[in-house]
Amino acid sequence: MSRVLVGVKRVIDYAVKIRVKPDKSGVVTEGVKHSMNPFDEIAVEEAVKMKEKKLASEVIALSVGPPQSQETLRTALAMGVDRGIHIEISGKDYEMLQPIHISKMFAKIAQDEKCDLIVLGKQAIDDDSNQTAQMTAAVLDWPQAVFASAVEKTDGGLKVVREIDGGLETITTKLPAVVSADLRLNIPRYATLPNIMKAKKKPIKKLSAADVGVDIKPRIEVISVEDPPIRQAGSIVPDIDTLVSKLKEAGHVK
Amino acid sequence: MSQRSRVIALYKHIQYLLREYPTDDVRKMQIACKKAFAKNKDETDPKKIEEMIARGEYVSKEIETLYALKKYRAMKRRYYDD
Repeated sequence: MSRVLVGVKRVIDYAVKIRVKPDKSGVVTEGVKHSMNPFDEIAVEEAVKMKEKKLASEVIALSVGPPQSQETLRTALAMGVDRGIHIEISGKDYEMLQPIHISKMFAKIAQDEKCDLIVLGKQAIDDDSNQTAQMTAAVLDWPQAVFASAVEKTDGGLKVVREIDGGLETITTKLPAVVSADLRLNIPRYATLPNIMKAKKKPIKKLSAADVGVDIKPRIEVISVEDPPIRQAGSIVPDIDTLVSKLKEAGHVK
Repeated sequence: MSQRSRVIALYKHIQYLLREYPTDDVRKMQIACKKAFAKNKDETDPKKIEEMIARGEYVSKEIETLYALKKYRAMKRRYYDD
């Protein structure tokens, strides 16, 4: 029986059209719908499934972010997580927070709570860093099984099928370990309203960066955030010969 | 749970689900749902009510699946080439 730690991040909802701030310092987050990072939902689902199969004794969710992150934690609790930990960091500090800081926090909490497995989403859909799982494994010096598309418990370890370029790779690892969830790992369940209400009774422990002893001094500076280039309008060519010559001109055919 | 409270719970759940239905007019969907339930409000045969609950549960599962698939496809389009 093991204790599982899952990470949940509050991000701008996947269906929202992202707008860049006029001063190019970031994206507009005020008054925009937020929800749990889709890959974290998959991670939560996997941890809850482990609990249901009696492979895990307890599932703990950890979220680092502004006060509203509690709502995201609540969603995780509604999906079946036992308790939550919220490390509150807001404003300017949160904007500059990087996976290096997050991974240290995860490592600290995993040790304090005596977790044997950390399940994270492979990346968040806002900054797309794809670093937290790998860095957490490095900080703890634990084995990592990232981009998991199937996880199976074996005697004293895990068998993980990983998504790699052009196929799948099966690896075995000992516990404790860090796993990051890929898109095809499972289909997350829906957090129903009664479950969200019930989740309000589950405990959420609130901590600060100082409580976990992590220095959150920014290591990078954001120079400018810009919209991706707008797609150029296409043109209609009169016949095949012009098409071919135009394609040759652009270097698409030889 | 009594049949009555199961129907109410199902109604609430579907209304809650419809809040994020991908349409221009969520209100219209919610009214349509209300009408569908109201149409059978005088039904007294427990067996028939049971059938209707089963149908309602099927619909709610379908909506949940639709949302999951929509999100999955959006992620797949954004992050995977194949």
